[in-house]
Amino acid sequence: MSDSLKLQYVISDEDFTRAGEASGDVKAKLKMMGVNPEVIRKVSIAMYEGEINMVIHANGGVIDVIITTKDITMILKDKGPGIKDVDLAMQAGYSTASENVRALGFGAGMGLPNMKKYSDEMNIETEIGVGTTVTMKVYF
Amino acid sequence: MSEFYTSVHLDKDLCKGCINCIKRCPTEAIRVRNGKAVIKKEYCIDCGECIRICKNHAKLATTDSMDNIHKYKYVVALPAPSLYAQANNLDDVNIVLSALKEMGFDDVFEVSAAAEVVSLLSRRYIEENKDKWPIISTACPSVVRLIRVRFPNLVEHMMPIRPPMEIAAEMARKRAIEKTGLPSKDIGIFFLSPCPAKVTSVKSPIGYEKSNVDQVVAIKDIYPKLISAMTHVVEQNKVEELSQSGKIGIGWGRIGGEAAGLLTDSYLAADGIENVIKVLEDLEDRKFSKTLSFIELNACTGGCVGGVLQVENPFLAIVKLKGLRKYLPVAKIHEAPPDIHPEWTQDVEYLPVFKLGENMVESLNMMNQVDELCKKFPGLDCGSCGAPTCRALARDIVRGAANEKDCIHILREYIHKISDEFSHL
Repeated sequence: MSDSLKLQYVISDEDFTRAGEASGDVKAKLKMMGVNPEVIRKVSIAMYEGEINMVIHANGGVIDVIITTKDITMILKDKGPGIKDVDLAMQAGYSTASENVRALGFGAGMGLPNMKKYSDEMNIETEIGVGTTVTMKVYF
Repeated sequence: MSEFYTSVHLDKDLCKGCINCIKRCPTEAIRVRNGKAVIKKEYCIDCGECIRICKNHAKLATTDSMDNIHKYKYVVALPAPSLYAQANNLDDVNIVLSALKEMGFDDVFEVSAAAEVVSLLSRRYIEENKDKWPIISTACPSVVRLIRVRFPNLVEHMMPIRPPMEIAAEMARKRAIEKTGLPSKDIGIFFLSPCPAKVTSVKSPIGYEKSNVDQVVAIKDIYPKLISAMTHVVEQNKVEELSQSGKIGIGWGRIGGEAAGLLTDSYLAADGIENVIKVLEDLEDRKFSKTLSFIELNACTGGCVGGVLQVENPFLAIVKLKGLRKYLPVAKIHEAPPDIHPEWTQDVEYLPVFKLGENMVESLNMMNQVDELCKKFPGLDCGSCGAPTCRALARDIVRGAANEKDCIHILREYIHKISDEFSHL
């Protein structure tokens, strides 16, 4: 008997077509649990944004997901360049994405703002040259 | 009628228990149990993929017989627009329509004519409901069923307008009553169907209480008779002027046709059930721009011309439809008849049929058990156990519907183990 479900996803930066697989899997699992559809929508949007961010900005990383009967916690950990100015990065529309990435339709500067908007709690720990850990929580 | 009627069913005698259908089913609705395929009705969306793949022709669609025309005093045929694409060298829809009368129908009412009404109403609905963009087409019953069981957040995006088949049936019935003075029960409305999903939507509609269609006959079943009747009406000079639809209506027979009738560029059209699922997944994750107004989705490749009850290759059928539409006016119906009821009358609710447990605690436990089981299985998704994937088997076991030793790899290990024990006795 376990009161939580622990999942781990390794996010590769090598294949852009695979971005979204982790959030897709979590979405499928939440549906199977019978979680409220509106909550599932929040989780999958927030996590997908985070996943894409890791691919675009941080050469991938690892996402740990802990699902309990009350909430879901997503810990997105990367060894990327770190975020220089978190307050600036949180501003809607601000982006450091390359032209290449923008050409794919990403890099609109809505990643972090959307992650904040669709999660109930969000915490960012970042260190330049070391990496970033974003923890998001959504209550059921 | 139960909540989960399905037209697709199995002929047990023909089923060899192979794994082709379980692997092809997009909702993992089929298992092989005791050497025969079993369909879980609540998962099935009647897309007909299993009918398409079954080499033994053991998967069938329940349809009605043409002989049922004798049960009514006055019978009307409703040909789906894709029917016109089944015949070779057809340059006039009236030949098909006259041939249907030759076959015993008292009247014909083109579904393509009603499709023009639906196009009109859809244009209005889309314009008036920008907050619900993109609006998802509900003309394909398999797509509606898929959304109902798998995409809770997209239910509100569905176009709440009855499909052309239903509008045609309502209009045809009214016309028949006016013409004959007969009571409704004496009039038989026969839809000539490209697919099993339409049968299901007649027997067990979603969005409205009751269908106006009385019988659903498979296009492939009437095809041989229709061809000879067509030859006959041409030879006997009996072709009547019966057609009431233009380019827009007939275009509905193929993918993109419904969208074309909306006269906008802001649409997406996808066909083939796997592609449909991909679009719905991405739509649910909000990957689409808010300026996209409409999404047309057809479970069959090519659209309705690709239905499993059709005869012609869907791609050739599309070519034929194009040729047929060439000289037609854009539309022949420019106003919705005031006395019809096109809107859905019932709310559609998400049905979480794939849910694991009764509550969150139970589900969470079951999901942990599924993960544990998956670690034991070889991950080959070989299908020998009768489930489409190792994960599906694990879920079946956790639900109590299968056993670990259904996995032949686990069984083999087990046999090795006990034979070792025996040899040491």
